[in-house]
Amino acid sequence: MATPGEPMLRVDDIQVFYGNIHALKGVTLEIEKGEIVTLIGANGAGKSTTLNTISGLLRPRSGSIFYQGTDLLKVPPYQTVTLGLSQSPEGRKIFPRMTVKENLAMGAFSRPKQDLTADYERVFALFPLLWERRTQAGGTLSGGEQQMLAIGRALMAQPKLLMLDEPSMGLAPMLVEKIFEIIKEINSQGTTILLVEQNANVALEISHRGYVIETGSIVLSDNAQALLTNPQVREAYLGGA
Amino acid sequence: MEQLAQQLMNGLMLGCLYALIAVGYTMVYGIIELINFAFGELFMFGTFISIAMMVDTITLFGRPVPMPGLSFFLAVPIAMVAVAAMGVTIERLAYRPLRNAPRLAALISAIGMSIFLMNFSQAIFGSKQVFFPDVPIFTEAGLAKSLTIGGAQVTYLQLFVVFITVVAMVALNLFVQRTRVGRAMRASAQDKQTSALMGVNVNRVIAITFIIGSAMGALAGGLYGAVYHFARPDMGFFPGLKAFIAAVLGGIGNIPGAFLGGLVLGMIESLASAYLPMGSQYRDAFAFVILILLLSFKPSGLLGSTVSEKA
Ligand SMILES: Nc1ncnc2c1ncn2[C@@H]1O[C@H](COP(=O)(O)OP(=O)(O)OP(=O)(O)O)[C@@H](O)[C@H]1O
Ligand SMILES: [Mg+2]
Repeated sequence: MATPGEPMLRVDDIQVFYGNIHALKGVTLEIEKGEIVTLIGANGAGKSTTLNTISGLLRPRSGSIFYQGTDLLKVPPYQTVTLGLSQSPEGRKIFPRMTVKENLAMGAFSRPKQDLTADYERVFALFPLLWERRTQAGGTLSGGEQQMLAIGRALMAQPKLLMLDEPSMGLAPMLVEKIFEIIKEINSQGTTILLVEQNANVALEISHRGYVIETGSIVLSDNAQALLTNPQVREAYLGGA
Repeated sequence: MEQLAQQLMNGLMLGCLYALIAVGYTMVYGIIELINFAFGELFMFGTFISIAMMVDTITLFGRPVPMPGLSFFLAVPIAMVAVAAMGVTIERLAYRPLRNAPRLAALISAIGMSIFLMNFSQAIFGSKQVFFPDVPIFTEAGLAKSLTIGGAQVTYLQLFVVFITVVAMVALNLFVQRTRVGRAMRASAQDKQTSALMGVNVNRVIAITFIIGSAMGALAGGLYGAVYHFARPDMGFFPGLKAFIAAVLGGIGNIPGAFLGGLVLGMIESLASAYLPMGSQYRDAFAFVILILLLSFKPSGLLGSTVSEKA
């Protein structure tokens, strides 16, 4: 499928509108297989819009998105996950009236008739709390527990490319570190990761590369170490220090 | 005492018919928050198509047309399939284009569909009442076969209606709780975008919901015809409204709730029209009294969802 030299995901100059609000003004980015790539940017910069456009929930007015040689703009939104692309959406979006176990089963909806035992075990090993809550309704979990469930659910699709939209949102500092360790672990198990984070420092520390997005355009792209030491980036996104 | 038992039995059967129609309202509302007023008319088509399949000739557009004269037990399933096809077509033409429009637009479209279907059926079948043939195994020498239970005369047909309804409700509940498509339905009812992210084809799930709801309405129509022996283009109006009230009563979006709401409504209607002074003249009004009381005191319905939802 993938031609040699082609990145796993190539987003080329996409323009996305909400009605007449111009949210993405030509976003271009690439992700190589095996990488962790972080997208950082202020509130409203267009990070979630970028992820939702890659997932197919939003359609760009122009531009292109290729994933492993497939033109994603020709794929209906509900089939992107079948191609190995899964997203843990902003705001977690847990199914509130389904149990933890059912939420995880929904994560594997794109893999019918497969034995999920090992997948459940993997998720429960990463998040033992979820095992304790497995029969509880998703809507009754705490925010942090819902976040773990959202990540676990995205993993159930056995993605090749996992997109995480603010996975550390609302988590206690201890848990934030733990989540990033887990993200690294998932990556080392072979999953490519596109990460959107407000916690830019920690995110960049585990990333290979990063993009900075400002009001709908990519303004900077570099390897993670360089971004961490870039004075402008430090000033704007890393709390100065 | 005997009269009470009799009224309870009648109420139970009536309640089953309401429940079968209410399932469509509740499932469709659960998934797209639309009150599909056309279910009353789909119920009516269920009765007409059952008749058409059972007789040897029927008058269509004023002309006699030869018909297959099938058994009731084949005619009703055929009506269910035909009405299910009508249901998905309606969804496709009248509701899907309005999916992202303000809710009022879709509601008006539903009311328009209901009026259109009523007039359409009048154009096809005429405005006169059409006779629903006897079902041989439920009758003997022109009379309904029955037995006596606790002092009440219970016809075989009534027992059949109750039995079929219970089977349909249990099957439907298992389908929604246990199967993959059922799970996709529940997920889509809770969050369509996220369901799509999980790989659910939400349009297909909505179409399946209309298929099931319409088929259940047609089943109710076939059974109703067998019990009351007629079909008429406006026959769906009150049963449709009452089934909607039954769905609200049980907690809209909730399948066991639709069953319970139907039964409660059928019983109340049956008892109130038997025991209240002038009750039988007002039999169609009780449902609305219940609706008003319900909306004032427990708008979430008897089995309404209580799980709090965190954003
Ligand atoms: N559904 C919507 N309708 C209209 N405008 C929207 C919608 N969603 C997002 N926008 C606008 O598009 C722009 C980008 O939003 P987006 O959610 O992608 O930002 P973000 O970078 O993810 O921000 P945050 O860090 O706050 O999550 C914002 O200006 C936002 O107001
Ligand atoms: Mg966002």
